[in-house]
Parts: sequence; C-alpha cells; structure tokens
Amino acid sequence: MKHIIERAQIYHALKAGIKETGVVLPGDVKRALHQAIEKETGPAGKVLRFIAENLESAERENMPMCQDTGMVVAFVEMGDKVEIKDAFIDDIIHDAIADAYEEGFFRKSVVEDPLNGRKNTGNNLPAVIHHELKKGSDLKISLMLKGFGSENCSRLAMLKPTAGREEVIESIAKIVVEAGGSPCPPTILGIGIGGTMDYAAKLSKKALIRELDDSHPDPWYAQLEDDILKRVNELGIGGGGLGGDITTLAVKVEKFPTHIAGLPVAVTVNCWADRKTIVELKGK
Amino acid sequence: MKVTLPLTDTDIAKMKAGDEVYLTGTIFSARDQAHKRLFELLKKGEDFPVDLKGQTVFYMGPAPTPDGKIIGSCGPTTAYRMDPFAPALMDYGLKGMIGKGPRSKEVADSVVRNKGVYFYAYGGCGALYAEKIKANELAAFGDLGPEAIYRLEVEDFPVVVAIDSEGGNIYG
Repeated sequence: MKHIIERAQIYHALKAGIKETGVVLPGDVKRALHQAIEKETGPAGKVLRFIAENLESAERENMPMCQDTGMVVAFVEMGDKVEIKDAFIDDIIHDAIADAYEEGFFRKSVVEDPLNGRKNTGNNLPAVIHHELKKGSDLKISLMLKGFGSENCSRLAMLKPTAGREEVIESIAKIVVEAGGSPCPPTILGIGIGGTMDYAAKLSKKALIRELDDSHPDPWYAQLEDDILKRVNELGIGGGGLGGDITTLAVKVEKFPTHIAGLPVAVTVNCWADRKTIVELKGK
Repeated sequence: MKVTLPLTDTDIAKMKAGDEVYLTGTIFSARDQAHKRLFELLKKGEDFPVDLKGQTVFYMGPAPTPDGKIIGSCGPTTAYRMDPFAPALMDYGLKGMIGKGPRSKEVADSVVRNKGVYFYAYGGCGALYAEKIKANELAAFGDLGPEAIYRLEVEDFPVVVAIDSEGGNIYG
C-alpha cells in the first residue's frame, strides 16, 4: 500500500527544523560542548566559555548563532512505497530552505556560478541533495547547515590499499593539523572510508548526521572512532586554535566496500556549530 | 585589557599574544571581495572610498539585520583567505585586523614591520558579537551586500591578541 504524504507535512517540518537549528544548537552537540568546557585545561577554555555565552545570546535574541548559516546539504531516504501528493521532493526542500532563511534572518551564502561572476542567488539555493531510494514506506530527510570556514578544511586522501588502520589515523591527523584553528574548532569530523573518491566524500557528509554520543554499530569501527578522536585531541590545537585538550568533539565514520587497488578516506571537517535537523515521516 | 579605538602605538606596544582585549570604538568590516577591490585600488595608486589609515578591519559578512536590531549575526570569518591582500593593506597604514585562524608568514611580518596587531575573534560567535555592536552604517562597496564595508561602533568587543607587534603568535 502506498504511503501518501502531503507537501505541507514535509515543508512545515523542514522549515521549522532549519529555523530552529540555525539558532539553537542540537542537544547532542550542546552536551558535547559542555563536557568539553569541564575537561579543557588549556588557553582554549575561554573560547569554549564564549561559545556557551554565544549560544545563550542566540537563543535569547532569536538570532543565528553564527553569521555563516551555511550551504544546505540534504540526504533524502525515500521508501519505494512513498508517494508525495502533487509535488516534487526537491522543490519542497528548496521552498523550505528559501523561506526559513528569509524568515530567520539567515545569511544567504550561495553563489550561482562558482567561477564566472559568483553572483549570489539571494535565497541560499540550491541545496546539495543526495537521494537514496529504499524499500518500504518511510521518508527520512536529514539536513545540515554546512559552514564553509570548516568546509574549506575538508580533504580527501586516496591511500594505498595496504595502508592499514594506523596510516588512516595518521592521514586524518595530518588533515586536522593542516586545518589548525581555521575551521572553528572544537570540530566534528565526518569520515567516509571506502567506495570511490566521490562516494567516500558523500559518506563523510552522511556521517555527520549521526548523534554525537551514539556508538558505531560495528565495534571495530566504534574503536576506530575512539582512537581517531584520541589521536586528534593529542594535537593540542584546542578551541579556536588557541591551544588545548579538546580539538575535536566527536568522530563519526561511515564505510563502504571498495576496490582491491584503493582505500579512499574522505574527511569532512565541521565547526562546533554542528547544525542539523531530521524530519521522519513513517509509513504504516 | 580595555582598549579604545583607533589603536594607539602605546596600546599596541602593550599587547602580547594571548592577551584578552575588549575593544571600544570604530571598526570596519571587510572580507574577501572588499579586500580584492581595495588591493586593486592600491595597485592602481587610487584612493580608497573610505579612509582606513590607522583603522582596524573586521573580517566579517553579517547575516541580515532583524527588525528592531542594529545588525544581524556577525562573527569573524577565516582570516587566511585575506592573506594575499593583508600585507599591502598593513603597509598602506592599516593598524589592526580581526579574524579567526592562523596567518601566513608574510602577514605576520607585515604586522611586525608596521607595528600593528592581528586579533582573534571568537569563531562562530555571531549572536554574541551582534550584541557588542552599537551602530552600523554602510561605508563603501554597497553593491557587495554582506561583503560591503560597514562602519561599526563597538563596545567591549572581546578579542584575543593573536599576532603582536613583536611577532608573538598564538598559532606558533
């Protein structure tokens, strides 16, 4: 049986989610920041305290926590039994983004042509939308407001197939060192391992949708996430790059089968303003 | 320490990398596109549309101003993107830069050479900085929208000395 969804259900939920997450940091990220404030012993402690104060200002004034309200990246997981009545899913997502950015006084940061002219589109569109068709009757839209100070620090390493676990960890540490204080640490690292060059990069974004305090379902990868986190926090970069114990709040890894000749490792660096929202409409 | 703008040589000499400073007075916003234009004017030997000699620039492009507010969310943007232009601007007479993240050796050298200062502003703290801005008016390049140069009156605007006039650098 088809699961019929109305445009309005998706539009209103997405718009509300975007407006909320631009102003109020998701609970899991807030918890991670507060734990970082407790643990930090370095000069970066003051950065973390200002971040906490900033979050209060944003909520009190109903103002975006950061002026870079990002480019939107969306993951749409749509069941093959889902039917959206008289509307196209990408149009609904785009309408929700344009209206949320206008109503929320978010900065429109998207330019129409990356090279020729770089004229601002004026409505923060388009978003980068990834589609996954699934079996079933559920619809899940996960969406992040991706700031570009951190995005500019994201990197891809095409490692040798023989590289192994330690080399993966070191290649990630190298990317974090190179990023230094630029991506607004404490960061969240989304890591995609395997697939092809483009697919690893996509997985590195998808990894950022996960709750920061969840655990990878595969214990081997859960341990890898912990070890990467430990390694990058030994670097001493700290919040704002001012020096400290907490350079990264969380590391999330997604993996995929790959070719015998390769080992793609993509790292999406996200700033502490890890703004995301998920809309889920379950079928019967 | 509390400092009144424009920066004086005496105040700059007192500032050491890592010091927390609260700025009060006038600053000018300028980010990528404004820097590119200023740099081109310098190359052609033409005057700036706004006098920045002795002034402090804030690498920032604000979010839209909500009704009844002075300015929208307005934290610092990443500074290294201004590195190709910053030494020439410092040599022109700029005294201070406010942004986030490390700078090139050329920028650090230009800070020392011109007895200036580079301040770190708390990255991502756009709502907090909006509360520290008491007046906001367009100063130049209005066609650039959020990337235009705005004249901002700030009060107790919190920053950290990132590169001081003797080359002390929190980023090492």
